[in-house]
Amino acid sequence: MAGHRAVISLRASGYDGSITLVGEEALLPYDRPPLSKSAITEADAPSPVWLLDADIAKSLKLQLMLHTKAIRIDRAVKEVELSQGAIGYDKLLLATGAAPRALSIQGGEHALLLRDFGDAENLRGEMQPGRNVVIIGGGFIGLELASSAIKRGCNVTVIEAQPRILMRGVPEPISKIIHDRHVAAGVKMLIGKSLKSLQKTSVTLGDDSRIPADVIIAGIGAAPRTSLAADAGLTIDNGIAVNVQLQTSDPDIFAAGDCCSFPHSHYNNRRIRLEAWRNAQDQGNVAGENMAGATKAYVAIPWFWSDQYDLSLQIAGLADEGPGTVERPLGTDSKLLFHLANNGKLMGASGIGKGNSIARDIKLAEMLIAKGASPTPAQLEDPSVQLKTLLKG
Amino acid sequence: MANWIEALAAGDVANEDVSRFDHGGRTFAIYRSPDDKYYCTDGLCTHEKVHLADGLVMDNIIECPKHNGRFDYTSGAAMGAPCIINLKKYPVKVEGGKIFIDIG
Repeated sequence: MAGHRAVISLRASGYDGSITLVGEEALLPYDRPPLSKSAITEADAPSPVWLLDADIAKSLKLQLMLHTKAIRIDRAVKEVELSQGAIGYDKLLLATGAAPRALSIQGGEHALLLRDFGDAENLRGEMQPGRNVVIIGGGFIGLELASSAIKRGCNVTVIEAQPRILMRGVPEPISKIIHDRHVAAGVKMLIGKSLKSLQKTSVTLGDDSRIPADVIIAGIGAAPRTSLAADAGLTIDNGIAVNVQLQTSDPDIFAAGDCCSFPHSHYNNRRIRLEAWRNAQDQGNVAGENMAGATKAYVAIPWFWSDQYDLSLQIAGLADEGPGTVERPLGTDSKLLFHLANNGKLMGASGIGKGNSIARDIKLAEMLIAKGASPTPAQLEDPSVQLKTLLKG
Repeated sequence: MANWIEALAAGDVANEDVSRFDHGGRTFAIYRSPDDKYYCTDGLCTHEKVHLADGLVMDNIIECPKHNGRFDYTSGAAMGAPCIINLKKYPVKVEGGKIFIDIG
């Protein structure tokens, strides 16, 4: 995503020189959000949702080197060694993404992972009706896959080691709605349970109880892919460290998307790394502009969504920066929370509801956050106060 | 050939907002601009078929609730990636407090 957006952005910025996109996968760039959802649940065999096709690549005068691995960066001569040959650069963008973490317990190799389109096809094939699917990890990938496995007619168990699902980044009242929805759908939720080992057809918990499993999937987070950057001597800090202009410690090398950490000026320059579709898209845009000579700062407010069953969750900003939580009452099965800093500034908003019912409010909250607004708790908790009026006020 | 159908009451769409209207297996989005004019486009985003009526209207722009694609609803024009295909736009008239759209 970030790489493909940077290509478009470079051209939109008027850069007319050569651009080469090197990709390890054999496929053209495609959208990853469907991999845990529609690619598994849709009746017809899935095809990738392409971000770029051969015609667009041609119109962008883009040289594609797919199924090609970048081995090493030689910064002294500005060259990247590839699995086939080498390529020189004036400006280089690292958009290497994040890779799912493998389980390091005994038998961990029995757990399947989801990263690319081939993995999604594989999971789809494994998730046959009536099969026992055990998912390790109650994060977004694990829970979206649980929802998809239920739709495929599987018996689903989710195992989470923490005291609740979605501990990282999602407030408890919202994670509770999601938890309850999984239970209602028939998922067995094993929360606060440690793992001992995996076998080919079972999972052994810390208390030695065994859960039968035809399919085991691990969704225990992802690690930024930094080895190329680290080997080249670039600064690494929970990802490839970049400045606000997405430049690494080498000014001719940029990084964007899941692989990089960046200081966020809106949050007191706190260094964050995001694994989110829109962040990858927007950072790709800014990196492309800056590679073409601009000096634009990346200041977009973090935003992401997750779809499970008929529910959609959206979070804007950083909920953990706002210790004061204000709730705006909505109907059942939905919730909208605002997170205020001690000085009254709106730092984050989280919502969940049927379909995209909370999307508009979260979007307005995002705009309020970007503006540095300090709406009062009374305004936020009153559903008759339209957020749009706060924005214009 | 014109094919005017009655869609919503004029008051069903708030100022600077959008409402969904379904008809004959199709779905439409009907907008009311800040200067109180009504517009109608196809109801689904051209990017990934998300209902635009859940999106946010600011001035003459509708933003898709999922992937932040933007369109100028007064013309149907896509405002850039991820939306590159324009929305189909339909003629609108308001008579006797009712919104009519010409779905051709």
